[in-house]
Amino acid sequence: MAEQHQILDPIIPIDDLSSKRSLRDLPWWLVAILLIAVYAFYVMTSNENYNEAFIFIKSGFIITVKTTLISFSIAILFGLFAGLGRISKNLVINNLARLYVELIRGIPILVLIFFIALVGVPVLVDGLNNFGFWLYDRGIGILGKLFTAITNQDISMNARAIISLAVTYGAYLAEIFRAGIQSIVKGQTEAARSLGMSYAQAMRYVILPQAIRNVLPALGNDFVAMVKDSSLVSVLAVRDITQVARLYAGSTFRFRESYVTLAVMYLTVTVLLSILVQFVERRLKTHD
Amino acid sequence: MTKHDHIIEVKDLYRYFDDIKAVDGVSMDIERGSVVVVIGPSGSGKSTLLRCINHLETPTSGEIWIDGEKITHAAKQINEIRAEIGMVFQLFNLFPHLTAMENVTLAQKVVRGRSKEEAGTIAMEQLQRVGIPEKADAYPANLSGGQQQRVAIARALAMNPKIMLFDEPTSALDPEMIKEVLDVMLDLAQEGMTMVCVSHEMGFVRSAADEVVFMDFGKVVEHTTPDGLFNNPQHDRTKLFLSQILEH
Repeated sequence: MAEQHQILDPIIPIDDLSSKRSLRDLPWWLVAILLIAVYAFYVMTSNENYNEAFIFIKSGFIITVKTTLISFSIAILFGLFAGLGRISKNLVINNLARLYVELIRGIPILVLIFFIALVGVPVLVDGLNNFGFWLYDRGIGILGKLFTAITNQDISMNARAIISLAVTYGAYLAEIFRAGIQSIVKGQTEAARSLGMSYAQAMRYVILPQAIRNVLPALGNDFVAMVKDSSLVSVLAVRDITQVARLYAGSTFRFRESYVTLAVMYLTVTVLLSILVQFVERRLKTHD
Repeated sequence: MTKHDHIIEVKDLYRYFDDIKAVDGVSMDIERGSVVVVIGPSGSGKSTLLRCINHLETPTSGEIWIDGEKITHAAKQINEIRAEIGMVFQLFNLFPHLTAMENVTLAQKVVRGRSKEEAGTIAMEQLQRVGIPEKADAYPANLSGGQQQRVAIARALAMNPKIMLFDEPTSALDPEMIKEVLDVMLDLAQEGMTMVCVSHEMGFVRSAADEVVFMDFGKVVEHTTPDGLFNNPQHDRTKLFLSQILEH
């Protein structure tokens, strides 16, 4: 935002004046991870078995990326509304938002994925079907057809996986958004309201832009977490990299090749994303 | 009494916070175009009174009328009424994510429905009026306290308010910046703006105020003219307060 150009610290700080200190400041953990990545890359290109495993598992990459991106986008919407609900003065909205957050946070993700995909979705489909029949009975058959036509088979496991992750992460993100909104001093709302803005306008133009900026690093961290948690959808037989790796291991009995490759693939993505998050965080800090 | 004589009418106003009686039965009428300065020790309820006038604070009981309209218990039109009442805060409360220009144009666009160009023109006029048109593209973090407060005044003025409320506008400023803000307020007073100010700037009281209200423990102790306050205070409490703040 400011015109002056800030020179950002490199991720690995290099200090010309004291080489001793710069050695100490070096993030050795990152060096280790880079070495692992380089070694893994070398093994995957030179070793035939690893190379084969990598090429096979790679086929699930698109599904992993798609599942994560779509789920996270929906989760942001859920989280934003639930977060706003958590600070609402309306008792019904407030309690509904609280219920959602507490319910989800109290159940393990793996269980939630089973539950939403195999219980929640079928119940919802039943409900919609019944609603369709109810419309039929009222003589609105055209509308009713819309709802009775839906069957469980129409909703793929991929879609159920996305719904499950979105609902779960929506609850986590709600708390992040709530904290972000509450971190903005009261004077901002008062200034906006004193100018005649409604609550919604003050939220949209004054509070949320600042709150979202404040929570960007936290959102980034949760995005990285979701990349990892997306592996859980393999239990629904969604062919993400984890599922594909399991299939490969099961058919070839090359467990070591499969799971080393899988772990390295996750690690590469998450470390790169973490560095990106840190970079964004630093940029935000220098502009404060 | 026609309703247009009194642009603000406060009738029997009470505002309690749990057990604390912040405003304890205040009534006052403020004439259009007059400058009223509210003084008093901290915790005397002067800020709460001011905040009740634009309903940032909901009164426990009592009525407030603005330009002939009752605003207490009028939740629906409160936004429209607030748009007519500018408010300047002790800590400026500029929007830090927006430039000075954007601070001044935002509510014009959102509340008044003005076009970007129109809002921009008005914003520039107001920034000129407070003497910092060159800072239009600066962010609040890059402005001094005095400059921030002047942007805040421009932001309020751009809405063409009928009334301006000032809540200790110079209390958070360095001494050399107080003057630049007071000069803007003096200009406003001379232009005939109705102003209600919580302030301890006695120079401002002397040169601009039409009336002075001295409050203590949530009650109006004395409602008088600047001349009456400085030369002929009626109550011992007023005399004591004045002796304390004028001593130095």
